[in-house]
Amino acid sequence: MEPIHLTVNGKTRAVEVAPDTPLLWVLRDTLGLKGTKFGCGIAECGACTVLLDGEAIRSCITSVKEAVGHRITTIEGLSAAGGHPLQKAWVSEEVPQCGYCQSGQLMAGAALLAKKPKPTDADIDEAMSGILCRCGTYQRIRRAIHAAAGEVARGQHR
Amino acid sequence: MASIVKVGRRRFLQVSGTAGAGLVIGFALPSPLLRAAQAAEEPFTPNAWLSIDPEGQVTIWVAKSEMGQGVLTSLPMIVADELEADWGRVKIQQALADPKYGSMSTGGSASIRRSFTPLREAGAAARMMLVAAAAKAWGVGLSTCRAESGAVVQLASGRRLSYGELAPKAARMEIPKQIQLKNPKEFKLIGKPMHRLDTPEKVNGRARFGMDVEFRGLHVAAVARCPVFGGKIKRFDAAKAKALPGVVKVVEVPTGVAVVAKDTWSAFQGRDALQVEWDEGPAARTDSAGLWAMLHEKAKGEGATARNEGDALAALKAAAKRVQAQYEAPFLAHATMEPMNATVRVEKGGCEIWAPTQAPQWAQGEVARLLGLAPEKVVFHTTLLGGGFGRRAMPDFVVEAAEVARAAGVPVKVAWSREDDMRHDFYRPMSLHLMEGGLDGRGKLTACTHRLVAPSISDQMNPGSVKGVDQAAVDGAANILYAIPNLRVEYVMARTPVPLGWWRSVYASQNAFATECFIDELASAAGRDPVEFRLELLGASSPMHPVVALAAERSGWGKPLPAGRARGVACCECFGTRVAHVAEVSVVKGQAKVHKVTCAVDCGQVVNPDTVRAQVESAVVYGLSALLTGEITIEKGRVKQGNFDDYPVLRMREMPEVEVHMLLGDWESAKLGGMGEPGLPPLAPAVANALFAITGRRIRRLPLKGSGA
Repeated sequence: MEPIHLTVNGKTRAVEVAPDTPLLWVLRDTLGLKGTKFGCGIAECGACTVLLDGEAIRSCITSVKEAVGHRITTIEGLSAAGGHPLQKAWVSEEVPQCGYCQSGQLMAGAALLAKKPKPTDADIDEAMSGILCRCGTYQRIRRAIHAAAGEVARGQHR
Repeated sequence: MASIVKVGRRRFLQVSGTAGAGLVIGFALPSPLLRAAQAAEEPFTPNAWLSIDPEGQVTIWVAKSEMGQGVLTSLPMIVADELEADWGRVKIQQALADPKYGSMSTGGSASIRRSFTPLREAGAAARMMLVAAAAKAWGVGLSTCRAESGAVVQLASGRRLSYGELAPKAARMEIPKQIQLKNPKEFKLIGKPMHRLDTPEKVNGRARFGMDVEFRGLHVAAVARCPVFGGKIKRFDAAKAKALPGVVKVVEVPTGVAVVAKDTWSAFQGRDALQVEWDEGPAARTDSAGLWAMLHEKAKGEGATARNEGDALAALKAAAKRVQAQYEAPFLAHATMEPMNATVRVEKGGCEIWAPTQAPQWAQGEVARLLGLAPEKVVFHTTLLGGGFGRRAMPDFVVEAAEVARAAGVPVKVAWSREDDMRHDFYRPMSLHLMEGGLDGRGKLTACTHRLVAPSISDQMNPGSVKGVDQAAVDGAANILYAIPNLRVEYVMARTPVPLGWWRSVYASQNAFATECFIDELASAAGRDPVEFRLELLGASSPMHPVVALAAERSGWGKPLPAGRARGVACCECFGTRVAHVAEVSVVKGQAKVHKVTCAVDCGQVVNPDTVRAQVESAVVYGLSALLTGEITIEKGRVKQGNFDDYPVLRMREMPEVEVHMLLGDWESAKLGGMGEPGLPPLAPAVANALFAITGRRIRRLPLKGSGA
């Protein structure tokens, strides 16, 4: 099998997998990046959300070959030590409960803030409605995004 | 045996990672042998719950499962408070399954309620031994010493010995026979909003759930199970599956055919490539329409008496006005975000398991029986749970993984797809509720009857075990707090081949829907305001009275709302806690839109107040998903729904504002109530009652999507 070269969290990684393998399973099983989660396999729940050139995508329906030549960012690469404004806001607003969906929530939130540093509630609904949370942390996610947006807008990050 | 444990564990610890602030959360704890080898001096381990090493590091073991409800923080807070530990020097460990912890099952909203006193005593006993050790070292009276934030001090002299310094000495002190608990006024952690210790790992991707377990030599398996409940394999052809590059072997197990592969995707693909012919069995004739017909047929007969006050039938006959209604609630799946999974490594004479379970000891016992081992030879790690809601109390997915691991002869993680998870759940029972009420000439409720027809979870698990009333099934119906002079609640058992399980708040979810919608119908019939009607019916001395009053007041009950909006109220007591919700609702293009839910909660007292708030927010969302769209239907003995496209759950854009208000008693008199479940039952009726206020139409069948609301 020809190795496939991927750029994950700033590093080039060579993987030997079938080109139609979903990116999710390459990240989790081949590269050991377990922070990205499997929830539905059909892009309905968003637990598998990662960034592809900064865009939030569902890695469960994105084949590894589609990711070649693009920058892939997973939760492990969102910040060096949990220092992204969203991660800090997630802690201060006590967002997670079981936590299983939160990597996807954070990646979707990060893509939103990168585009709209001061999102409205409608922006948040639009960007975040693809990521399910069965524990019901939506209210806190909304609050945390607004809190992080304040910090981004004040220029404490970047 | 020791070698398996070591290898598996070390690999696992590597990936489990650590979190800051001197606090470490891991699933795997070193075995007693390893601990002894590592520590220069024996740590002070007065009981199963805690130990203090000579460096002053406090380790607290948590014997309940973390499924989002915050036990990894709240339970250690109880131990640490009584211990007078320095919270910054506390390390949390998930306990291995072990009878020394008593019941480790996490369910029934019971973790805090049932652990509170034992954990206080564990912390207090250790504190007393540390104080005694210090007093002995100084040669002074016990009463001159006190414990304070990780040290014992002598007030007069200002002398101080840290818990680390005292640990070896305390280990030689006698365990106190009479335990002196703190005065609750001196609590430093309990009742204070403490940050959850598991959050840092849950925002940086390092939190490890069952699905994330990995070690060298671990295979991943997917199982093809008969889509019809109770069906068996007739024959199968695995040639195409075995031809796939990642597939290692295919084995038959009692639940189906397992494809064992090098990785998850290969296992899923291999499973899809199997050709299996099933003997579907008698359940193939079951469908939802037939089950509903059976429930309605059963409802014609009298049920077993669950509660009988006065003479409801006579009082109904004498009533000036009679009101009748029937309510229906469907089967529901749990749909935890993390699908079921379990990892098992079987070796000669032993076995090691990692599983996201709510009942590790039950699963451990089942696997031990299966493999012919003593339970202690099954080393059982509880991982983080990606949601539980009652589904993960069942041991099925762990036992199946042990079957696969044994048959395959290699360590295996059995990973379920979403469809596996939704179609092989243990479902919230469907139910039918026949209600009748009688009002006197002044609009006072004089009589009420409730005939509940539903399958019994208990009787399905242990056939024949329920004689007459299934007490669990009448929760939220037989124990309503309204002072109705003539009240009759009956239970009629129905049987179904559809597997049944405990779904967040169990039967209280259906019963409160029926009861609280019907109370609203009676209020309407009496021409009364729903809140006033309830308050009067409860009576001023009812513990629910202030809860309903608080929810009403904080919601602005009776005050004007924007056009097209209305409020609805409902309340329920279950699992020792009273909750009332007021929902503010509108109808947009024929769809219900819930804008706000104001919640009043009386759980007696709280350990971690923000966690309580989070549990209510969570129950509201879980209940709202069920109310709006939640329905599992059966066709030809199989579940029709399979994923979040046909079993939709609440999304961000549908999220109402949730406001939680707590009514707390004092520590002396307050009884602790549960919090995982009680926020759920009043949600559906509060919303349904608000919708009636707008549309004038009653919601009597769930979910809303099927009722044309």
